[in-house]
Amino acid sequence: MTDHSTIAAREVLTEAGPMIAGRSLWQDAWRRLRKNKAAVASAIVLLLLALAGIFGPLVAPHPYDRIYPQYVRTPASLEAYPKAERIIPAFESVVSRARVETGSAEVEGSTVRMPISSSEALDPRIVRYVDRSDLFENARIEELSADGRSGVMVADVHRLRFLFGTDSNGRDLLARILIGIRVSLAIGVLASAMALLFGVSYGAIAGYLGGRVDGVMMRIVDILYSLPFIFFVILLVVFFGRNFILIFIAIGATEWLDMARIVRGQALMLKRQEFVQAAEALGVDNSGILRRHIIPNTLGPVVVFVTLLVPKAILLESLLSFLGLGVQEPLTSLGLLISDGAANIQGATWLLIYPAIALTVILFALNFLGDGLRDALDPKDR
Amino acid sequence: MGENKTDTILSIRGLNVSFATHDGEVRAVKNVDFDVRPGETVAIVGESGSGKSQSMMALMGLLASNGRATGSARYRDQELIGMSERRLNKVRGEKITMIFQEPMTSLDPLYKIGRQISEPLIHHGGLLSAAQARPRVLELLRLVGIPDPERRIDSYPHELSGGQRQRVMIAMALANNPDILIADEPTTALDVTVQAQILALLAELQSRLGMAIVFITHDLGIVRRFADRVYVMRSGEVVEEGATEALFSTPKHAYTKMLLEAEPTGRKAPPPANAPILLEGRNVEVTFTIGGGFLAGEPLMLRAVNRISIALKKGQTIGIVGESGSGKSTLGRALLRLLPSDGAIRFGGRDISTAGREEMRPLRREMQLVFQDPFGSLSPRMTIGQVITEGLLVHEPSLSGKDRDRRAIEALREVGLDPAMRNRYAHEFSGGQRQRIAIARAIILKPKVVVLDEPTSALDRSVQKQIVDLLRDLQQAHDLSYLFISHDLAVVRAMSDYIIVMKQGQIVEEGPTAEIFDDPREEYTQTLMAAAIDVTKFRAAAPS
Amino acid sequence: MFAYVLRRFAGAVPTLFIIVTIAFFMIRLAPGGPFDLERPLDPLIMENLNRAYNLDKPLLYQYGHYLWNLAQGDLGPSFTRRDFSVVDLFRTGLPVSVLLGGMAISLALIVGTFLGALAALKQNTAVDYAVVGTATFGITIPPFVIAPILSLLFGVWLGWLPAGGWSSGSLRHMILPVATLALPQIAIVARLTRGATIEALRSDHVRTARAYGLPTRIVVGVHALRAAILPVVSYLGPTAAALLTGSVVVETIFGIPGIGRYFVQGALGRDYTLVMGTVVVIAVFVVVFNLIVDILYALLDPRVRYD
Repeated sequence: MTDHSTIAAREVLTEAGPMIAGRSLWQDAWRRLRKNKAAVASAIVLLLLALAGIFGPLVAPHPYDRIYPQYVRTPASLEAYPKAERIIPAFESVVSRARVETGSAEVEGSTVRMPISSSEALDPRIVRYVDRSDLFENARIEELSADGRSGVMVADVHRLRFLFGTDSNGRDLLARILIGIRVSLAIGVLASAMALLFGVSYGAIAGYLGGRVDGVMMRIVDILYSLPFIFFVILLVVFFGRNFILIFIAIGATEWLDMARIVRGQALMLKRQEFVQAAEALGVDNSGILRRHIIPNTLGPVVVFVTLLVPKAILLESLLSFLGLGVQEPLTSLGLLISDGAANIQGATWLLIYPAIALTVILFALNFLGDGLRDALDPKDR
Repeated sequence: MGENKTDTILSIRGLNVSFATHDGEVRAVKNVDFDVRPGETVAIVGESGSGKSQSMMALMGLLASNGRATGSARYRDQELIGMSERRLNKVRGEKITMIFQEPMTSLDPLYKIGRQISEPLIHHGGLLSAAQARPRVLELLRLVGIPDPERRIDSYPHELSGGQRQRVMIAMALANNPDILIADEPTTALDVTVQAQILALLAELQSRLGMAIVFITHDLGIVRRFADRVYVMRSGEVVEEGATEALFSTPKHAYTKMLLEAEPTGRKAPPPANAPILLEGRNVEVTFTIGGGFLAGEPLMLRAVNRISIALKKGQTIGIVGESGSGKSTLGRALLRLLPSDGAIRFGGRDISTAGREEMRPLRREMQLVFQDPFGSLSPRMTIGQVITEGLLVHEPSLSGKDRDRRAIEALREVGLDPAMRNRYAHEFSGGQRQRIAIARAIILKPKVVVLDEPTSALDRSVQKQIVDLLRDLQQAHDLSYLFISHDLAVVRAMSDYIIVMKQGQIVEEGPTAEIFDDPREEYTQTLMAAAIDVTKFRAAAPS
Repeated sequence: MFAYVLRRFAGAVPTLFIIVTIAFFMIRLAPGGPFDLERPLDPLIMENLNRAYNLDKPLLYQYGHYLWNLAQGDLGPSFTRRDFSVVDLFRTGLPVSVLLGGMAISLALIVGTFLGALAALKQNTAVDYAVVGTATFGITIPPFVIAPILSLLFGVWLGWLPAGGWSSGSLRHMILPVATLALPQIAIVARLTRGATIEALRSDHVRTARAYGLPTRIVVGVHALRAAILPVVSYLGPTAAALLTGSVVVETIFGIPGIGRYFVQGALGRDYTLVMGTVVVIAVFVVVFNLIVDILYALLDPRVRYD
């Protein structure tokens, strides 16, 4: 079609005066969508969240699976840990494990110092006891006496920030939420793509062929519908194991039913449209009718439905994770984080609140974008 | 009716109606004045979008929620514009009532008609219960000519035909002996024979009950027969008013003249007797299967076309006339082998009765089809350049894009459209322009036979005439044969030299146009002719 | 009418049969068995268990056996809760789930239709926007987020209600679970009712009623709302079936002894009879409620026929 219009554009000058450009329905829809503030804002939010999910884990200060045993269930805070009053007791506690006599510790800027002595020569390897702690790093013994029996244990305080706190294993919640966003969005998009592929081909075949084939194909869909909806997902997960790829296949395999129905309905409706009949009267063959008439006209409703399918798939994955059937530790998803938070509401509310906010924001943004797309593509007052 | 009566019961002055839309405010009615006197019939005439309905909706308080009315509409001594809903409810349904165009949807599908007719009685007439209202409801049903009212009173709307539903609407409207009945295109959605019955009923009821009727219509024939006075509206304004006779015989405003002349005129001469037969059907039958299929029980067979024979000569136009459901469109499609059928079909001397899709493909360019609905027959996602050249992709695949474009320009010029518009999309065109595009798509292939399926029915009269003229010019220029399917007798008469009258899948009568119109033999044809109110006849008789 | 109901019940039998068949073979095809524990059992004990539960017989024999028992209302013994039959488990759990679901669905019907109709009648006012906005919230936030948040808010922070537990069905323990179940449904019903009412108010027959000066209460109450309730009825049928058979999320979070958990637990533990029992119960509910919807629809809309 492209060559068609460029040639047409060249012809203009020679034959028919200035060409008047047309405005396709897609262009109209795009204009309407850009006017919809909620939809544009949602699209931007989704873009930012997607970027956060993709690049966030790479730049986050903590890896999502790094465990800090000293920081289990640390509340969310803008300040860095360890807090000042905790440094000296913690230092005393770790140094004491080295079984040496200890003096009183003092903090100087970002280093902590403590005189130590022993009845035997100090083993330089005892600095490991300090380094092993999450609170300190770069431990060394200075001012070692000539006999090697006394010196000063010096260590830098390792300052860490946990903006969203840590979970019950001592992992940074921010990093886990970022990876959760990545997993949830990826499963949402991949499962929807899968449902799209399968649902569109199934629905288009049933709708366009019609008759007995259609009857049998749709009866199969009806029977699948009347099975409890998580029955399938759970069975598929049970079958294939809790593998990331298989989870989205399982979700896609349950979500294609609606898509198949919608596309079939569209194909049936379009088949009766006069412009399709007109193409038949022109002698256009099946593939031409499908390519030029049926498919371009089903795209609108399909696009709208996909934006609704993505949050559904995310929800389904979250539900599975919530039930303990989703992705497996240490990998995580927003549903798994919320489930974890729900189990810890008695003491660690941040574990519920931040993942819940992240999921809610994603769902809202997708919802508003879907509404905006529907209004843009299918305006009632046209 | 008396011209000089001054006792107006409805007086509208400076009425404006506007609607708030996404593209700003749209003024539908601009500063119009109307008067209605007791017992007279006033017609408001105009094409679609002229504001004729909205002006009456405004005074009934029935504008859509984004609509706003200003100005004055006085019923006797009460100002209706801006009146509270509660006070307005004392006027509408009791003093002023209204019937609508859509008899299929204007009654509540969930309630029996007896209950719906009794509602205005209960709320205005002081009757207390449905039981008390029942005798009056039966009387009204009898009045509007519903057969077997005792049984019909307990029917639901979907159990009645369109004509009967409109009668029920009229019964509701007359329940409280109103002063004014506003009839908004009450017969447009009905078949022509039913249309005539409803109009006769309205006229009879008016002479018996003496209410004034405001008749909103686009149909000049109805105006001519029923109205005492006429208002002609165009884009929200009243361009001319006057007594019917005077206005029809000496129209002053150019628009009124154009409307009157918009009736298609002229006659088509038959082709020479030795013209070859192009398309021929013998005992064509089309049967539809309703229901049935996989696990769905016994199918129902419906014979839409029953043993019809037809022969279309080169250069001939055969008009196929019939009411909805007569099978005329089905016949047209069957002859083009777009529907499976029984019987023999020959095209250009070749038997195509059993030709499959592949076999038919090369023949398709010679036999084309133009549809009724210019909105549905053009793909909304293609530019019109792509729409009209689609057939070339099939039948002249060797053409370069440049050649196709040249052909598109030629075809658009031929149907009177600016070729510069060919990169636009169908939704950017008006109904008449779209029908021209559909015609361009057919003629770009240089066909021999074109089946025209109600090509003018969805268009306003003035546009209809242009399309009829265009089709006739194209026939002359390319020696085309037409199968012209229509329920509109005026258009059929102007277009065809031979007529086939169909009813319930069968031919009732056929013959040369003049014979069928001037001397119909069959009773059904006579009813059909009598029902179609022919303005051209009147104009021939009136001094011009 | 009676014949219609009977015919519909008879028509549901093949559907149930197909569902039971698919479910039976699917769960049996899944790897693992009910007695594959973390620590493998002694082979002899395993063999005895398999014999006791007929698992050593051919699959088709087991299938026939199951169908035969099912026809007599016997859903078999539970594999994982060995002191109970599946029927026993449902006898104690189903009333709990039905009670909670029933309250939620009633709430959704009453509050949802009221809010939806109110928003439609006050279209484009603050009331309308408030209802639509709240409904968007209710539809978007999933129950497994609402449930812990409610529990946190009212149970932990405010301390007004118990954060979980059932305590043999005291009213205070029911409030949060019912709210969690009802909120999304209220939101959906409100949106549906609003849309349908607006459409009904714009319809030709409502215009007719207004043109004949009928008072607003008749126009809205008689002509608009009856048409608007039809889509709500067809939505609530399958939804009621789903709610009455328990929600695994709500039962897990609030610790409620309903039947919603059985399906997941059964599938994970390969408790074949428990899974099958859940499938049968859910399918029966779906069939029954579809029938109820059809009957209600026929009562509300005279255009629907019984054939």
